This record gives sequence, structure tokens and C-alpha cells, in this order.
Amino acid sequence: MGEGSRLVEGARAYRLIAGMWVRSTMAYRASFVMTTFGNFAATFFDFVAIMLMFSRVDALGGYALPEVAFLYGLSAVSFGLADLVIGSMDRLGRRVRDGTLDTLLVRPAPVLAQVAADRFALRRLGRVTQGSLVLGWSLTRVDIDWTALKLLLMPVMVVSGCGIFCAVFVAGAAFQFVAQDASEVQNAFTYGGTTLLQYPPTVFAKELVRGVTFVLPLAFVNWLPAAYVLGRPYPLGLPGWVAFASPLVAVGCCALAGLAWRAGLRSYRSTGS
Amino acid sequence: MPDSEFIALEKVEKVFEVRRKTGFLKRERRQVRAVDSISFTVARGEMVGYIGPNGAGKSTTIKMLTGILTPSAGRLRVAGIDPSRERTRLAHRIGVVFGQRTTLWWDLPLIDSYRLAHRMYRIPDARYRENLDRCVELLELGDLLDVPVRQLSLGQRMRGDIAAALLHDPEVLYLDEPTIGLDVVSKAKVRGFLKELNAERATTVLLTTHDLQDIEQLCSRVMVIDHGRLVYDGALAGLHEAGEGERTLVVDLERELPPIEVPSCRVVRVEGPRQWLAFPAGQSAAPLVASIAAAYPLVDLSVREPDIEAVIAKMYAEKAVS
Repeated sequence: MGEGSRLVEGARAYRLIAGMWVRSTMAYRASFVMTTFGNFAATFFDFVAIMLMFSRVDALGGYALPEVAFLYGLSAVSFGLADLVIGSMDRLGRRVRDGTLDTLLVRPAPVLAQVAADRFALRRLGRVTQGSLVLGWSLTRVDIDWTALKLLLMPVMVVSGCGIFCAVFVAGAAFQFVAQDASEVQNAFTYGGTTLLQYPPTVFAKELVRGVTFVLPLAFVNWLPAAYVLGRPYPLGLPGWVAFASPLVAVGCCALAGLAWRAGLRSYRSTGS
Repeated sequence: MPDSEFIALEKVEKVFEVRRKTGFLKRERRQVRAVDSISFTVARGEMVGYIGPNGAGKSTTIKMLTGILTPSAGRLRVAGIDPSRERTRLAHRIGVVFGQRTTLWWDLPLIDSYRLAHRMYRIPDARYRENLDRCVELLELGDLLDVPVRQLSLGQRMRGDIAAALLHDPEVLYLDEPTIGLDVVSKAKVRGFLKELNAERATTVLLTTHDLQDIEQLCSRVMVIDHGRLVYDGALAGLHEAGEGERTLVVDLERELPPIEVPSCRVVRVEGPRQWLAFPAGQSAAPLVASIAAAYPLVDLSVREPDIEAVIAKMYAEKAVS
């Protein structure tokens, strides 16, 4: 089977399984409404904390509240979408431990798609909604000199950011083939990563910024492209074109994560558990 | 691929590397040979019992046959396919039932799991309807289709799982402990169904079990694996002889009596009017019963089959001695 048809097969299996999960959650309608609201509320208070901070200071690392909200919204929407699509991949370790991964391996569909669709939950739209609201609000307040290029960069940023976070999810899951109780390590990079990106790069130590630019390139989710849109100096004195490198970085990350996944699955199938 | 070698294993090995904690951050590596150079063939339409104590390598073998695990060495083919290389292609041709874990959707009506299989396996509509109707009828699932799986009893769920594994017309069916935890009625239903499936569709069946009756009622051939090696391959009757297993005759007498004396039997236990007599598994119980009834006031009796674990343990112990 070629890579293309594997992708089509995977998307089809994903759609089928995600649909089953949506129907499963609808079996408990009240619970669904409550958890969706809870998801929204939790992230809402997250932003309230930032607003409270700004009642004491006027700027954070040189960024005013609307600008921080801009970063926050971009990070939250990108991450929220990735979380919605494949957020349950951190359960892989448990599936490896209790052996239920085997039941997925005997089905005629790519395992990655099946694991990605595992526990697909629409309640995760709560975070996307909240992120979109914050982003929308920030756009009414920030002073941006809009150009066609900047407008185009907005959706590109969200999609690339989602891709980069997806890659982190997949790589984290691949790691769990080796270390089955590493879901917390993965959460540190995913949930931790999005929290980090909600603040301007200027408040962090240079080493950390370097790390999330060159090692785990989360900076391409929002920091670098947003610096261009907001007309801010780039962190680390990077050249201007890096603002447009996000799609490439996302594709590269996904490819690497795909390789890591393949290696992880191969090691599972040759060692068992 | 000839039909006689529908499933073929040739010197298949599976070696696991086990890392054990021996201190803070220290790990000791050790190799465990879970399957040690196993060779056998299964013909199309055969029904084979695959038994052995826990940790003998049964599941590892099944996992290699389904493509979940890659063998460390040797050659393995199922329906002419190398399972680990063409896992998804093989998936269309095999059905797998894991007795201990369900593949059904917990919160959804049973029928939903079948609808998913219909689409995921791309089963032609007419074929799907036909197979589903058949399973529903034979496994008595009619009233259960609209019930959420979480509300089904263990026996009902197992029947549901078996149906789910068969909707895509698999040529091979692997069953891992299909009757574990089921009551007598459910066991009988499952066995009856498997028998019919094998007779009508010539589906090749490989089942692992701890229940000797599963094997007795279903399988003409049994393979015993222990410590990763095939220690027996043949008819069930031969297994008893090979293992010198004993069956037990439990007799209830009218009153308490000293241990009764019957040739080729020995009393192993006495409890009030009830006595336990052991006799060679290869021997028929009928003449024993007759001679006991003739000489003693017999009220009731039953025959107990030897515990499969005991038979195998004994077999292995003997091998070690000789």
C-alpha cells in the first residue's frame, strides 16, 4: 500500500472511529454538556488570571494586554485544534500496558489513525471556542497595520501551529511505546508548551527561547509569525523570513514525528509487552 | 499455498529482551525465549486446540499469527501471507476474539459495533446482512442488538464478540479463551456455534483454552506448548495417555463405608458417604460404574475430567526425568 492510500485509509478509519466516540458521549448528554462547559470555564479562568496580572502592570515583557491576548488566542486555538483532533494520544501508554492496543492491531486500518481517534471528544471544542474569543477580542484592540500578507499569515499560523502541536502529540505517544507511563512527560510538552506560548518571548530567559526555537520549535506556532504581524522585534535577532517558515517547520515536525511513531510501533511489535 | 498448509510455522522463534531493575538506575538485561523453534501446519478447515500453562507462549504464538508481533526468527505464513509484513491485508482474512477484552463499544448498542465493522472491513451490504442474520440467529443475539454493551452479561458479550469477529467472513478464527468465566449454558451455546461454523463454512479455528471440555467437544487435534516448545501435537485421547492423566469418579453411597475396592481404581478421598476414585484417563468409566453398582449401594455418581494443567505438568515432569 502506498503512502497516499495509507493516508486515505487512515482518514477514513479516523472518521469512522471518531464518529463512534461522538455517539458514545451522546449516550450521556448531560455529562457532555457539563464537561464542555467545564472545559470552556477552566480555560476562561486561565485568561482571567492574565487579565488580573495586567491590573497591576501595564506591560509584560514590553507587550500590552491586547498583544498578550493575541499570542494567547493563537496558541490556544492552535493547541485546541490539535487537542481536539488527536488529544487522546497520551492514553497510548495505558493501551500498551493493559494490552488493548492489540485489539487495534488486528483491524484493517492504520494504527496511528485508530489511536488518534481514540476517545475523540467534542467537549474539547471548549478550549478552541475560548481561544477564538480571546483572539477575536485582541484583534479589535491591537494596533496592526494590516497588509494582505499579514491577513494571509493568520490562518497559515493557526494551521501550522496545529500541525506542530500534533507532531508533539504523536512524538510523545511514540515515546510511550518505550516508557509506558510517560504521559505526564508528554503533557509537560503539550499543555506546558501552550502555556509557555501564551506569554511573550521577551519574559523568558534566552536559553529557553533558544530551546523552543531550535530544539522543540514551538516558537513557530505563534511567537515568530506574531512578531511579524505585530511589527515587533524578533526574538534572538532572527532574520525576518522565519515568520513565514512555520508551514515548513510543521511539515518537518510531522515527518519526524511520523518516523518516531513508526519506530515506536516497530519496537512494540518486536518486543511485545 | 496448499490447503494442508493454510497456517504454516517453520522454526518460529520469539525472543524478548527483559530488563529488570537491579538497583537505582541499574538494569539487568536478560533474554527470554517465549517461543522456541516451533513448527507446525494447520490445514484449511481444521479446528485445533492450543493449550499450555500460563506463560507457556500461547498468546505470543497467537500474536505472531495475527501480525501483532514480529517473529525473531523462522518462517510464518497464514493463508500465504506473512502476518507481520502485511498486517492490514491479513486483517481482512482473519477474525480474532480475545476472551478477556471486548472489542465491542461499551456505551453503544451492540448493533453499532457491527455497523462499524461493516464499514471498516468494507463488507458488501448483502454479505453483511446475511452474516449478521446468521450470527444473530445462531448466537441468539436478536433481543440484544439494541442493548448497550455495558448492560450485557459476560456470556452475552462473548457471543457478541464472536459475531463481531465473523461478519467479514474470515477464513481463520483465533479464539483466546472464548469460554472463560461463562456459565454452562453460555459455554454450550458458544461451542455449538463454533462447531456449526466450522462444519458449514470450513472456517479454520485455532483456540486457546484452559477448559478441557472446549477441546473435547470441538477439536480433533490439540497442540500443547510449554516453555515455548511444542510438547504434544495429536488427538486429545493421546494426550491423556502421554500425560498419564487420571480421571476421577465421584460416587455417592447410601451410607458411610470403608474405601471401596474396584480393580484399576484407587480411592483418593473419602468424605462421609462420598468417595473419590482415580482411574487412568484412557480407560472407559462404564465397566467401573457397573462393577461398583454390583457390589456397593450406589446412589449417585459423576466423572471428573483431569485438570489440563495437571496433565501437562505431569507430562513435563516425566520428560524431565526420562
